[in-house]
Amino acid sequence: MGNLVSKLSLSRRDLLLLLAFGAAVLLMPLWLSPFGAAYPDLLQKFVIYAIFAVGFNLLFGLTGYLSFGHAAFLGAGSYAAVWSFKLLSMDALPALIFAVAISGIFALVIGYLSLRRSGIYFSILTLAFAQMSYNLAYSVLTPITNGETGLQLALDDPRVLDRALGPQPEGLPVPHLLGLELTGYTGFFFCALVLILAFYITVKIFSSPFGLMLRAIKSNQNRMGYMGFDTKPYALTVFVISGMFAGLAGALLAITDPLAGAERMQWTASGEVVLMTILGGVGTLVGPALGAVVIKYFENIFSAFNDQILSNAFAFVPEGLRETVVAIVGKFVGEGWHLTLGLIFVLVVVFLPGGIMEGIRRIMSLFRRAQRPAKGAPARIQPAE
Amino acid sequence: MSTTERNVVLHVDDVHKNYGGLHALSDIDLEIEEGKTHAIIGPNGAGKSTLLNVIVGRIPPSKGAVVFDGQVLTGKKPHEINQLGVARVFQTPEIFPELSVLQNVMVPAFAKRDGAFKVHMMRLLDSEAGIREEAEHLLADVGLHERRDTHAGALSRGDKRRMELAMCLIQHPRLLLLDEPTAGMSRHDTNTTIELLKKIKARGMTKIIIEHDMHVVFSLADRISVLAGGRVIVEGLPDEVRGNPKVQEAYLGGAH
Ligand SMILES: Nc1ncnc2c1ncn2[C@@H]1O[C@H](COP(=O)(O)OP(=O)(O)O)[C@@H](O)[C@H]1O
Ligand SMILES: [Mg+2]
Repeated sequence: MGNLVSKLSLSRRDLLLLLAFGAAVLLMPLWLSPFGAAYPDLLQKFVIYAIFAVGFNLLFGLTGYLSFGHAAFLGAGSYAAVWSFKLLSMDALPALIFAVAISGIFALVIGYLSLRRSGIYFSILTLAFAQMSYNLAYSVLTPITNGETGLQLALDDPRVLDRALGPQPEGLPVPHLLGLELTGYTGFFFCALVLILAFYITVKIFSSPFGLMLRAIKSNQNRMGYMGFDTKPYALTVFVISGMFAGLAGALLAITDPLAGAERMQWTASGEVVLMTILGGVGTLVGPALGAVVIKYFENIFSAFNDQILSNAFAFVPEGLRETVVAIVGKFVGEGWHLTLGLIFVLVVVFLPGGIMEGIRRIMSLFRRAQRPAKGAPARIQPAE
Repeated sequence: MSTTERNVVLHVDDVHKNYGGLHALSDIDLEIEEGKTHAIIGPNGAGKSTLLNVIVGRIPPSKGAVVFDGQVLTGKKPHEINQLGVARVFQTPEIFPELSVLQNVMVPAFAKRDGAFKVHMMRLLDSEAGIREEAEHLLADVGLHERRDTHAGALSRGDKRRMELAMCLIQHPRLLLLDEPTAGMSRHDTNTTIELLKKIKARGMTKIIIEHDMHVVFSLADRISVLAGGRVIVEGLPDEVRGNPKVQEAYLGGAH
């Protein structure tokens, strides 16, 4: 027992980080309200995509293997959760367990095949498998995915566990946790707790010998061989863990909105998690979660704009010119929000390759330098890697 | 040379390696005794590194086989060969530049412990089981203890070599292969390394060492093979090799 406790414990530094992270997540409704983002639907998205990105970073950040197909596991998690609602119970726990198991098995198969190659070939293989899954969801697999309509709950779903426990209420049921309905802020706090748990696992992996080995794979895979290390099974293990995180996120999407569609598996969704991770800071603990929040926030704001809102915003521009301005700006908002996303991404990669976390580090070191101005240390133009 | 009274741990048996028409290695036969230090010397391009590459499984020989302690190494993967107890320092340092010096030395110890994948994730998740202490100890031995938190990529070439030596030693290999371990080191560091290698020898580790610095070779070697043009031209005790006219000739570029 004491042994188990010591296995699960964190170093002092990691514990403080976990506590700070947990507090920041749970207090999101407070500190995000000045940004107009403090409503449950959006907050849920923040934490769910943070789980997705944190898990993606376990693979990409630690081993350097860049998967371009991670949305496939997210989608699989969503489908599995909705099926759990339909067949078993509206309770969230079976849905989560089922989704993590299915996406884990799915990741095992795709990872086993893709990890036979490295570098760009690995990326292309993952992309190809994800696109195949996406297409299959619309064709052969429609009995499971319900094709373009998406998989939904129905009044006559079996829900064997729920029905065995008693009569069912009228109308479509709502996902719950041991009777507690997971809607609104309850839904958000549930997702937030899952994120904190996922973050704890991540911290644990980062600080363990296992994490060190994964980093060594990224640094010099060849050398690992000459020291007796068979890298493949370790890379596959973290690929599966990472796929399970994606499945977990997919299940939470279904729990907060019991519906699953194949568009969640599309390559744009896979690309988005790459962007979140790089924007926040590859290989850092907090960065990917931060990147997820930033991207989902801007997506929410920019995609809500339409020409009407823009016309009002540019009311000060004289008539005639206004149409042109609105037409140009309009390309970057609403449906065109991906254009803005692309721009943000280019700017970050060019000017801040370490992402937001590197930006924060630079600002902190500026402050530290400002506190000791007498030291005539030469300004560093290139940051150390 | 009878094998009976000698305890031969490594056999290189009629190994050939051709690159297209180039015979990088021809007819190589070597027997290395347990606990001994065997030096391989010879001019540049003689095939010394190629021979080590064949032993550790980095390149397959065109013909012939390598047998270590009764096991055929030829055809095995590098990680399998290492797991049998063969470690190597490379001619160009092969390290983990993004990790700290201490981490560089810890990784091979974890690799030895857990490299053959078994499902013991929990062990990998927490226990360092004395490995950190041993790594620090070895870093002190090679004189890098003060630099243990530096990024390994920032070390000088000589320091990288010494670190790589520590990376090999922490695995407690039975056979250690060293490809020019003192190249790029100052005289002082070279002498420290010689002392360190002598200390390891006292622990009974078998070594093959490739070296240009004759001071190092004659300080350490029990036997010497001279390679030129991919062939062993002379093999014997240091004193036999020292005065051999063929060796002078090979170094003056007269081989083949
Ligand atoms: N991958 C390769 N392809 C072609 N030729 C090679 C290759 N590696 C080594 N050689 C050649 O084999 C010979 C022996 O090289 P090497 O073993 O590195 O010599 P040494 O270590 O004794 O200086 C050289 O002539 C070298 O050019
Ligand atoms: Mg060489």
